[in-house]
Amino acid sequence: MVLLLSKRIGFMIFTMIIVSMILFLLLETGLTGDPATRVLGNFASDEQKELWRDQQGYNQPVVVRYAKWLGNFATGDLGTSIRYKGPVKEVLLPRLWNTAILGFWTFAIMIPLSLGMGVLSGMKEGSILDRTISVFGILTTSVPEFASAVFFSALFVFGLKWLPGTSSMSGGFEFKQLILPAMVLVVYDFGYVARMTRASMAEVMTSQYIRSAVLKGLPYRQVIFRHALRNALIAPFTVIMLQINWLLSGVIVVEFFFAYKGFGALLLEASLNNDIALLEACAMVAVVVAVSSQTLADIGYTFLNPRIRFS
Amino acid sequence: MATTTTQSTTQMPSAGYGAALWRGIKSFALLRESWVGMIGAFLVLFWVLVALFAPLIAQFDPNAAIQPFAKPGAVAASGHTFWLGTDHMGRDILSRIVWGSRTVLFYAPIATVCAYTVGILMGLMAGYRGGLVDDILSRISDIILSFPVLVLYIIVIATIGASGFNIVIAITFASSPGIMRIVRGLVLDLRNRDYVAAAQTRGESDWRIMLFEILPNARGPLIVDACLRLGYVIITIGVLGFLGLGLPPPDPDWGGMVNETRQMAMVFPHMTLFPCIAISSLILGFNLLADGLREISLRD
Amino acid sequence: MNDKQEPVLICKDLCISYYTRAGEIPAVVDFSLTVKPGETIGIVGESGCGKSTVAMAIMQYMGANGGIKSGSIMFKGRDLTTFSEDELRSIRGAEISMIYQEPFASLNPSLKISTQLMEVPLAHETISRDEARERSLQMLTDVKLPDPERVMNSYPHQLSGGQQQRVVIAMGLLSNPSLLLLDEPTTALDVTVEAGIVNLISDISNKFGTSQIYISHNLGLILETCDRVFVMYSGEVVEEGTINSLFTWPKHPYTHGLFSCIPLPTADKNAAPLKPIRGQLPLPFERPSGCYFGPRCDHFKKGLCDQDHFRMENVEGSAPDHRVRCLRYNDIDHTKEASGETVQEPLEIGKRVLNVDGMKKYYEVKDSSLMALITGKSVRHVKANEELNFTAHESETVAIVGESGCGKSTFAKVLMGLETGTEGEIRHLGKDISDIEVRDRSTKQIRSLQMVFQNPFDTLNPSHSIGGQISRVIKQFGVESDKKKIFDRVMTLLDTVKLPRDFYFRKPRQLSGGQKQRIGIARAFAGNPSIVIADEPVSALDVSVAAAVTELLMDIQREHKTTLLFISHDLSVVRYLADRIVVMYLGHILERGSTNEVFDPPYHPYTEALLSAVPIADPEITKRKIVLEGDLPSAMKPPKGCPFCTRCHRKIGDICDNEPPPDQIVRDRHVIKCHIPIEELSKIAPVITVPETSERIQAA
Repeated sequence: MVLLLSKRIGFMIFTMIIVSMILFLLLETGLTGDPATRVLGNFASDEQKELWRDQQGYNQPVVVRYAKWLGNFATGDLGTSIRYKGPVKEVLLPRLWNTAILGFWTFAIMIPLSLGMGVLSGMKEGSILDRTISVFGILTTSVPEFASAVFFSALFVFGLKWLPGTSSMSGGFEFKQLILPAMVLVVYDFGYVARMTRASMAEVMTSQYIRSAVLKGLPYRQVIFRHALRNALIAPFTVIMLQINWLLSGVIVVEFFFAYKGFGALLLEASLNNDIALLEACAMVAVVVAVSSQTLADIGYTFLNPRIRFS
Repeated sequence: MATTTTQSTTQMPSAGYGAALWRGIKSFALLRESWVGMIGAFLVLFWVLVALFAPLIAQFDPNAAIQPFAKPGAVAASGHTFWLGTDHMGRDILSRIVWGSRTVLFYAPIATVCAYTVGILMGLMAGYRGGLVDDILSRISDIILSFPVLVLYIIVIATIGASGFNIVIAITFASSPGIMRIVRGLVLDLRNRDYVAAAQTRGESDWRIMLFEILPNARGPLIVDACLRLGYVIITIGVLGFLGLGLPPPDPDWGGMVNETRQMAMVFPHMTLFPCIAISSLILGFNLLADGLREISLRD
Repeated sequence: MNDKQEPVLICKDLCISYYTRAGEIPAVVDFSLTVKPGETIGIVGESGCGKSTVAMAIMQYMGANGGIKSGSIMFKGRDLTTFSEDELRSIRGAEISMIYQEPFASLNPSLKISTQLMEVPLAHETISRDEARERSLQMLTDVKLPDPERVMNSYPHQLSGGQQQRVVIAMGLLSNPSLLLLDEPTTALDVTVEAGIVNLISDISNKFGTSQIYISHNLGLILETCDRVFVMYSGEVVEEGTINSLFTWPKHPYTHGLFSCIPLPTADKNAAPLKPIRGQLPLPFERPSGCYFGPRCDHFKKGLCDQDHFRMENVEGSAPDHRVRCLRYNDIDHTKEASGETVQEPLEIGKRVLNVDGMKKYYEVKDSSLMALITGKSVRHVKANEELNFTAHESETVAIVGESGCGKSTFAKVLMGLETGTEGEIRHLGKDISDIEVRDRSTKQIRSLQMVFQNPFDTLNPSHSIGGQISRVIKQFGVESDKKKIFDRVMTLLDTVKLPRDFYFRKPRQLSGGQKQRIGIARAFAGNPSIVIADEPVSALDVSVAAAVTELLMDIQREHKTTLLFISHDLSVVRYLADRIVVMYLGHILERGSTNEVFDPPYHPYTEALLSAVPIADPEITKRKIVLEGDLPSAMKPPKGCPFCTRCHRKIGDICDNEPPPDQIVRDRHVIKCHIPIEELSKIAPVITVPETSERIQAA
């Protein structure tokens, strides 16, 4: 158990270092075009570029630069944003907090909804309820986030005029502005998690130990709650943890669409504006969040599954 | 041939590519038993036909500025109707959607095929060879998969630039690890079958075993996954277009159309709604088709 | 058994059908059965005969697409078919319990044994948790589980297969039911473990007075556990009677045929070969009119047997409850039939073709536990094969016998070149092949060493046609290269394995299990091999089909003078077909010798126990009962001394625990690995005694 834990965490750190190397190679070296050109634009003169390189320390050997960069990162110095003309950290932290709020509400609605629907659906495979939930799930997963944002806006903003069309929170935090972004995210992801839960539940329901539980004469509630759910929810747990990874993609589209001042919009902005320091910081944050949620998923899976826990 | 009279005279088989094709068509005909799959197949077929016959369906040049802000049903000076209206630059939306289907149905399958080629080869090697090859390939794919997908696309596109070719590369890079994992899992199961052992004990080469003994038996789940993944690649292309990282303008691209006109959605909802319906229906088609195929494959 | 008491269960004219997209499939037809208190009823039949469906119908657990069409199931005077869900719940687990085929699958993997046991009395009785716990512990002791406290706190995966099945049996008995249904309860277990469970099951009715219905495909097991037996074929009972009357005087041609398919100790491959039932079981919707067994019956009479469906009749002159569903049973004299087809001359044993000398195979296992890392012993060896020595000659059948994990399959892998041996040598065609992987072997070597695999559903590639697969072998072996000649050769091979030539175009899924196994044999013999390894080739097949495949394999062997290495766990099959036997346990050869030498004293104690564990479907043969304690040790932690010392019933002391036993030579090629002197072992009485004169033999 301890070994497994340290192995997972070791791999997590390894992944992050590899990713940071790739990021550094891609963005900070001449491998995919001159960074000076990328920052200063195509019309900067050679002297300007040379001066910039010198200032930014680009003329040092790559290894030295990477070590310095990584050291700064580890100590919390994320560099300076060109676009916001300030330390990346100060720009990034409030944005991350906003996204965390959005993510929290998305998960708070999506998890109970999809688990409930998935379990109901998988309990009686092939029933009308099951077919309905399945087809509904396919339908919602088929609409890309930007398209459902368009549809919901058309309905709730322009049609019914119930909700605001942007979520920039310019007048301070307003819960109403959070509804549409969260709704778009929930609707897109709900189908996937529900389907995974359904598959897991349906498999458990046809297993022999459920048959033996029924034939022991246990009450139906006990068969479902004690025998089925315990096994059926192991797989969805992992799936849900991996949805954090997906959410980091989803927020980019949704925040961009609704002008929500979150982390996703910041990342996109950084990339469109060649704000390298900011882009690096955002990408690293995304990877750290994604990898640690995966590690948690693995550890949780091991813990939930006695077959692995005690062997 | 058959020398004994009691035995029926069995003829040597002729080369059977036609027969194989016919069997393929017949197995697709099984789809009619799943109405979900039928609807999916219909939607996909509809868009394939639209893309094939785009020049016949589209009444206007998709990039020509004709008459800005025309409502759906307005009639152009040429006498043709803007069935879905025009955008802020005066381009006919129907024509742009029709030509846009070509873009999507060109790049999405290419990207999927590329991702599958790489993913299957990696998965076969990792699953069948095992050991160090497996370790290395699995670690690489773990690392790629640990990126949030869109973040990966944005970084790749930001560094290599936006073009159709680069989108194919980015999708191949980001999807092949997932395909590799599926193939690897299937191979790990299939390689312990007795028929694989039989092939090994008659001295077949590894590649022959992977490609002729194992891969054909993995095709069921892979076809289903390919349908789902096609839908997902279309979403990706759409999202990249929407974020302004897709194909460079002015060529029609469904995601890009939404991006360009969404600021005007309040007043001219048709500009954004129709491209969204187009992309959603095509993805829905692939997803329903995948569901139907899975249902049939589970049945027998 | 008290005749005056009310019967526990009466099934009357039961018809059960499944409803699929293809239409209604009658699974069980016209089924009647009465179970008296304390009685054990056996239901025997091949796969698909409907025996499990009967059990599920009694439990009223048919799934969404199954249903009882007509008839009644009276349990203690109440018809179960009219019960509501709630009423059923109060009966299930309390009055009627069920034991399943696969114990591991029927226990919930994420709940402790204690929870799964205690919930039975808690659900059916008003009882405190402490009492429930107390009762569960007591029951675990009753089913002879060592250390019940530990078992209570375990998860299912921490127990061995035998222990799991004991837990399931304890669970079934916890609420003291009147009726226990056992659906193939030992099929998934090793023979020596099975023997223990069978012993336990036969004690149940004495100890608890529970009536039982025992479902099995194995006539021998039925004989050991049951009072009365029902033989089912294609959804209906064809014969019923007490064990004694039915096993001594089987009346229905199918029952009789079944007995002729089982290798009883009296069968002999040359003098009294098995007599397979021809044809195969009809699919439920392809059943013939009249007698379902008609098309496979040697006594079929047109105009009589193919008329209307007929009912069970009492057998004249036999016990009153001996009934049969056959119109001609009185005209058939089974004693007049020769027990087999044609008597064969024993084969001349030829020159030595295989010599295994000191072959060892160790697997390296990386132990990643923290303890192992600290002590630095992170790589451990699993000794799959330890010092194998034996020889095989041309035309000879050498059987390698052992339970799961004894290393017999590992040996096959090394021999085939799928693995390489760690030490020692395997000489074939004058060359040591133990460390040559198959890809480095010459075509000639590969061709002369071929294999028939165990699982018929796995042996052929489902994606390619039969013809394509055999052609590929012929091409690969370089037997023929011309397309036309390859095709002709495939046709000849199909003839050899007695399959129609148009199977060339079939896909494996269109074939039955027995047919697939025949193709597997054809494939192995495509390059005229000198040695064929058959890894449990018939263990997954039904008895009547298995007999046919076994006979076929031996016919081809006879014709080609092939050496057959027959790997099996089933001593009765081995006794029937092998010339020499190698008994393996935990990677060691404990005994080897000719078939007669191994089956008669002196025995190795393990051989003795194995012989006793194999059920024999003949009431006239007497068997000494030896039940081994415990389970097979893990191959990761083999005992230090004799591998068998943990379970041996003749253990002589510390020497067994600490010192590896020597190979004692009894007579030139008969070797026993044991500390007990041969003289001692020779004094042991034979396990199986076949009477000199039998009732049946006299009648004939």
